[in-house]
Amino acid sequence: MSTYTDPYAASRETTEGTVFSVTGGDWDSLVTEIGQAKEERVVVNMGPQHPSTHGVLRLVLELEGETVTEVRCGIGYLHTGIEKNIEYRNWTQGVTFVTRMDYLSPLFNEAAYCLGVEKLLGITNDVPERASVIRVLMMELNRISSHMVALGTGALELGALSPMIFCFREREKVLDIFELISGLRMNMAYIRPGGVQQDLPAGALAKIRATVKDLRHSFKDNENLLVGNSIWMKRTEGIGYLDLAGATTLGVTGPVLRSTGLPWDLRKMQPYCGYENYNFDVVTADTCDVYGRFLIRVNELEQSLRIIEQAVDKLEKLEGAPVMVADKKIAWPAQLALGGDGLGNSLDHIRDIMGTSMESLIHHFKLVTEGFRVPAGQVYTAIESPRGELGAHVVSDGGTRPFRVHFREPSFNNLQSTSAMCEGSMVADIIGAVASIDPVMGGVDR
Amino acid sequence: MSSENGMFGAQGTGDTSGYGGLVRTAASTGSSERPYGSYFDSVTDDLERAYPDFADAIERVVVDRGELTLHVKASRLVEVSMILRDKLKFEMCLGVSGVNYPDDKDRELHAVYPLLSMTHNQRIRLEVSVPDSHPHIPSLVEVWAGNNWNERETFDMFGIIFDGHPGLTRILMPDDWQGHPQRKDYALGGISVEYKGATTPAPDERRSYR
Repeated sequence: MSTYTDPYAASRETTEGTVFSVTGGDWDSLVTEIGQAKEERVVVNMGPQHPSTHGVLRLVLELEGETVTEVRCGIGYLHTGIEKNIEYRNWTQGVTFVTRMDYLSPLFNEAAYCLGVEKLLGITNDVPERASVIRVLMMELNRISSHMVALGTGALELGALSPMIFCFREREKVLDIFELISGLRMNMAYIRPGGVQQDLPAGALAKIRATVKDLRHSFKDNENLLVGNSIWMKRTEGIGYLDLAGATTLGVTGPVLRSTGLPWDLRKMQPYCGYENYNFDVVTADTCDVYGRFLIRVNELEQSLRIIEQAVDKLEKLEGAPVMVADKKIAWPAQLALGGDGLGNSLDHIRDIMGTSMESLIHHFKLVTEGFRVPAGQVYTAIESPRGELGAHVVSDGGTRPFRVHFREPSFNNLQSTSAMCEGSMVADIIGAVASIDPVMGGVDR
Repeated sequence: MSSENGMFGAQGTGDTSGYGGLVRTAASTGSSERPYGSYFDSVTDDLERAYPDFADAIERVVVDRGELTLHVKASRLVEVSMILRDKLKFEMCLGVSGVNYPDDKDRELHAVYPLLSMTHNQRIRLEVSVPDSHPHIPSLVEVWAGNNWNERETFDMFGIIFDGHPGLTRILMPDDWQGHPQRKDYALGGISVEYKGATTPAPDERRSYR
């Protein structure tokens, strides 16, 4: 045992053996001490604050030499009690909560929740077509921005810096569109029960068309950086192996499931929001590894661009159509005006309710403070988020507030497969495997 | 539903104006009548054929809003799940969601399992209800391994004990947390925050949220 106390790697005796706390960079003394230990087994704590664990994720690794024999995940560091809080706000306000779960795909959270509320209300078929097309447009833009982070940070974690800079630059272009349309870049609470918050502003479609053209061009540059790159392939090929049987029993969905060769995509299999009216392909790979999942994300970008183009075409034909259900007892008075400093009250609407119609004012007040009632019952609605099946189990007791909302988060379920993917591999390969799952801890912990 | 404190000091219904006359409609407690419609008849028939104890194990069959729910007795859950997975090809279980109905006497805690058959492109749902006094449900981890974390989450949030789970510990809340936050008798807020000696009062003691 040690003859001196190292300030960076102090050791103490516990019932489970000697525990080293490495706080600084002095690995030499640690290695010397471990060399004197009786057994080879070392337990290493990785995270929760670690630049390569893809968020505040803690991994407890049991190592023999450089081989990982056991991996355990510690989660919960980002738990914010969204499912509890939502029970104390009305149904429309719930959107503001759920959008903050998986912060990289806010529009998917909103869509899953709103589809659930609409199914409970029985107004699924009354949602205007223009609203559904806008939802599809926004979700596919969001899929691009989410995949950009997955690819960028995934590459960064394996040591490739340039793809991260490029991917975040492209993501910024998508966020600019979100800002133009909803006033916010993230957590926009744009999709509401019954439709969307407000119609697209003038010039939005032209900007989207220009951006799609731009993105398609720059995606080619990004692809050239990594696809077929020999260093990248050495770090990703055959790493993080998970086959179809494993994925099915672990409830793994999304790109990780599709990397086993199964073309399971809810947009095709169980369409919602009118996805059956768009032409696109389900991208698969048959390698079951990190490289396959990387390729799937790269190729899904092009499919999303195809859907966006078709959605823009449809929206041009639906110019002026409503974006919220006709039922004024459900549609929130969403008359807002986009000013120079973001979304704000529409002066026309305020003039109308304050100056001309007492009933409009009462209606506005009742609907916004108390909210609408949702008939009692429960539903489960699922959509294909960038990470897999995002399901919302929504329960109502007939009141103006949700009785219980539970989200089946793809990140949460997919992260469970870390142990299956990593045990038996090298320490360095854990980083690639976790990055290929692309867990967003905000969604895992909710 | 018991009363709870909402926004702006609202009690009970959340009807802040007082003129809403909000009446809550209780969900139906009976079984649905045949025909159920869609693929629900064939799924139920297949299960009845494959599982002789169907009448004893399945308490209710409910079809509501285009979704099929089988209410299963807790003691029979693993058997039914095995048949559903192996014979009816519901390969995937999408976790478990707890619901606390404090007014549902002796069935206060519900566990809801959405199942997915990728072979047949079908979805059904299993629901198990247990009393607050004996919140035990057999674990489904040996049927669908992916339920491991989901059952831990439901234990953490509702206090439902999944018998046979390989390591039923808290997952989202700290290990030494008291109580199960998603239960209806667990109030929102009430936890004061201490950081570097300064204490922030709990949200419900700060302003008008009481």
